[in-house]
Amino acid sequence: MSGENLAIEVSDLAKTYPNGVCALDGVTFSVPSGTVFGLLGPNGAGKSTTVKILTTLTRPDSGTARVAGCDVLSDPAQVRRHIGCVAQSSGVDPAATGRENLVLQGRLYGLGGGGLREHVDGLLERFGLSDVAGRLVKTYSGGMRRKLDVAMGLVHQPRVLFLDEPTTGLDPEARAELWREIAAMAATGITVVLTTHYLEEADELAGTLAILDQGKVVAHGTPESLKKALHGDSVQVLLNEPPEETAARNALSNVEGVHDIVVSGREIGARVDAGADNAPALLSALESAGLRVASVTLSAPTLDEVYLRHAGRTFRSVQEGHIR
Amino acid sequence: MTAAVIQSYHMAVRDLRAFVRQPFYLAATLIQPVIWLLLFGKLFAPLMEDTHTTDSYIGFLTPGVIAMTALFASGWSGMVFVVEMEQGTLNRFLVTPVRRGALITGRLIQQALSVVLQGLIILVIALATGARFPGGVLIMLVFLACVALIAVAFASLSNALGLVTRSQESVISIAQFLVLPLAFLSSTFVPRRLMPDWMSTIAGGNPVNWLVEIGRQTLDDHVDWSFVLTHGAGLLAVALVCAWLSTLAFRVYQKQA
Repeated sequence: MSGENLAIEVSDLAKTYPNGVCALDGVTFSVPSGTVFGLLGPNGAGKSTTVKILTTLTRPDSGTARVAGCDVLSDPAQVRRHIGCVAQSSGVDPAATGRENLVLQGRLYGLGGGGLREHVDGLLERFGLSDVAGRLVKTYSGGMRRKLDVAMGLVHQPRVLFLDEPTTGLDPEARAELWREIAAMAATGITVVLTTHYLEEADELAGTLAILDQGKVVAHGTPESLKKALHGDSVQVLLNEPPEETAARNALSNVEGVHDIVVSGREIGARVDAGADNAPALLSALESAGLRVASVTLSAPTLDEVYLRHAGRTFRSVQEGHIR
Repeated sequence: MTAAVIQSYHMAVRDLRAFVRQPFYLAATLIQPVIWLLLFGKLFAPLMEDTHTTDSYIGFLTPGVIAMTALFASGWSGMVFVVEMEQGTLNRFLVTPVRRGALITGRLIQQALSVVLQGLIILVIALATGARFPGGVLIMLVFLACVALIAVAFASLSNALGLVTRSQESVISIAQFLVLPLAFLSSTFVPRRLMPDWMSTIAGGNPVNWLVEIGRQTLDDHVDWSFVLTHGAGLLAVALVCAWLSTLAFRVYQKQA
């Protein structure tokens, strides 16, 4: 894909904070224009630092990043014209009304006059805030604030919109509403960069995603390709009583398409290529080894598993004793 | 340049709106000056007037009380930056193409205008309690302009401190610990000729003293304009240097981000 069609090109970004914390350790990814890009990872993985660099709030120690065709280091002013940003901590001014917040935001981009007024009215309407536009934001509910945040990110019709954990703290209904809005934005050609903890959110919205862990990209691709890369469906078998681990492994090792066997208590987990076809063979192999099966669950790979596979290391290492 | 001016205007309007929406805050900032004028002033008036130090102690005190009120109010200015850092508003501005200088000057304009408003209210209170200012309207306006300059200087230092330390406590401390010493090391309460020599020497170089003595010209029939202009120019220089320092502090803030 040529550079022309990329909304974001990030190459080898590194940043260590003055306190010695290495936030980014060579991050590289790209985002095609007009798509939703999900940035996933545990806390401290480097998501926020990446977004701060891309939105010109901080500078990397090394590496390059281009947003909407402009270099964040050599031309931050131009980058700022093309981006909208909805930060995790709401940036709305609680002491002003919703409309004043939007108008000021537009003015800072050099907009003004009747055009700005109409545009602000349109955004208030679209986000269902028309009725409360004249009220001080400190009287808004969390969901209303979030909507205003997103509307403010859109006031200058940016080419790239950054949404940092946009649905954190929203009730399911407000979340679903915001998801529809994000999908609609991408359909109009805006590139959306979404950082999130919610895997179903990334699965639902993101065309491509990157998983960050300890300042590195550990997986990058479409949700589908990442799930496929796990090779096969997940099988969870619950036995009547805890098996001898080696006996269970031996019983399964010769079954076609079975790999990644994990034995834990009464449970055996494994991945099975073409699960529906190969699961019966797996079950009969267990039965003939004298292991009585209580229940079995077969599921297609989920993004949770992708995430755990790539970014679970940090999480798991903390609880290693528990897993092994 | 024009963009920076327009943006400063919009930022100032935003701050002024917030100021106007908190009438209780304005009222609270006027409690102290009223105490200085009506309690402190009335308490020491017989002493000061019987010894012919001044004809009207309330009038004598008024310029200094206006100066102190301006220092207290502008000393808190940096708090707003700290709060805006915490609630994310500052970063929301920084991701827009707004000139960084406009974020500072917008706030300084609001500070300058609000201390002039406070000054006018205190003047009205002083007039109501019997103070008279025969110097005339022009010197009064020049004095209020100088009040705005000292507010710009002090607000700039407060902003710089808030941006660099990112802590509300540091800003509170400068506001609390600097104002009274600066007032006592000036002719706010007594004329310089009655001060101990060392105090009077320090007061000579204290911009707050320059401001108070410019204000005291309003009490005189004959305004010493050469004194007013030289010391007014000194206040302008102090304000410009402090404002420049606070834009440097902004750069430090962004580097630490």
